[in-house]
Amino acid sequence: MLSESDLEVFIEGTKHYFSTSTDKDVQVETPYLVSTEEIVVNDFTGIIGISGERKGFVFVTAAKSMLRYLVLSLGEKEADPDLVRDVIGEVANTISGNARRSFGPGFMISVPLLVEGRPERIGLPKDLKGYVIPFRWNSFPFQLVVSLQ
Amino acid sequence: MKMMIVDDSLVIRRKIEREISLPALTAIVTARDGKEAIDVFKEHMPDLVTMDLTMPHMQGAECVKELVKIKPDTVILVISALADKATAIKAIKNGARGFLCKPFTETQLNDALTKLIDYSEEVKGS
Repeated sequence: MLSESDLEVFIEGTKHYFSTSTDKDVQVETPYLVSTEEIVVNDFTGIIGISGERKGFVFVTAAKSMLRYLVLSLGEKEADPDLVRDVIGEVANTISGNARRSFGPGFMISVPLLVEGRPERIGLPKDLKGYVIPFRWNSFPFQLVVSLQ
Repeated sequence: MKMMIVDDSLVIRRKIEREISLPALTAIVTARDGKEAIDVFKEHMPDLVTMDLTMPHMQGAECVKELVKIKPDTVILVISALADKATAIKAIKNGARGFLCKPFTETQLNDALTKLIDYSEEVKGS
């Protein structure tokens, strides 16, 4: 299971991503525990599988409106659909990869799996629990979900 | 001087291409994974490469080794989210000359590339 300090790694990683890549910081809301069957996703979701010394997944899910704004904030002149789709995977990849600073090289991350739309289930393993960490960036809400054994 | 950007993220490839300000640069080519990078590299023989590590088909670490075999004096900057020291050390052992952690700013990118080019020119001149 995740400890409080594990959660802090992902919270700090998310803050670092947005403060370095954009000119606006994120606000963190109170994390809560859910079963994978209760997880609800938004328009775009970037999922990173975790293997090695820890097993599980990390994903970031956000609305299209936020991702369009994020793409523009990264310096693009237009929020092309390919960029909007890609950016959620890159956010998930960066936050998960940065977690190795704390967890070490045994924390193996996959390439991002991108899910578009709001399917009822996104193929997460059943009977697992994950922490949902709600954030707000530039008034847009988004969520980071972490489930690690 | 020719440069190749290797990253599976379109956002990152475009960010690097847009934010680089190196007067010596004459051409930029891109690749989406390690396998494609080898083909593009053989065709264009760039002097400078930025290389992601976590990619489909062929990981960046393996690709760095292959590029160094083809052209040993290629200057490779690994740009990765994998933030642990062991990964950076391994990249250097494989033949990369530098490591920049994602996320990065425009200044960090240009500083890292300028240092590598200066080092490379010093080595060639000595």
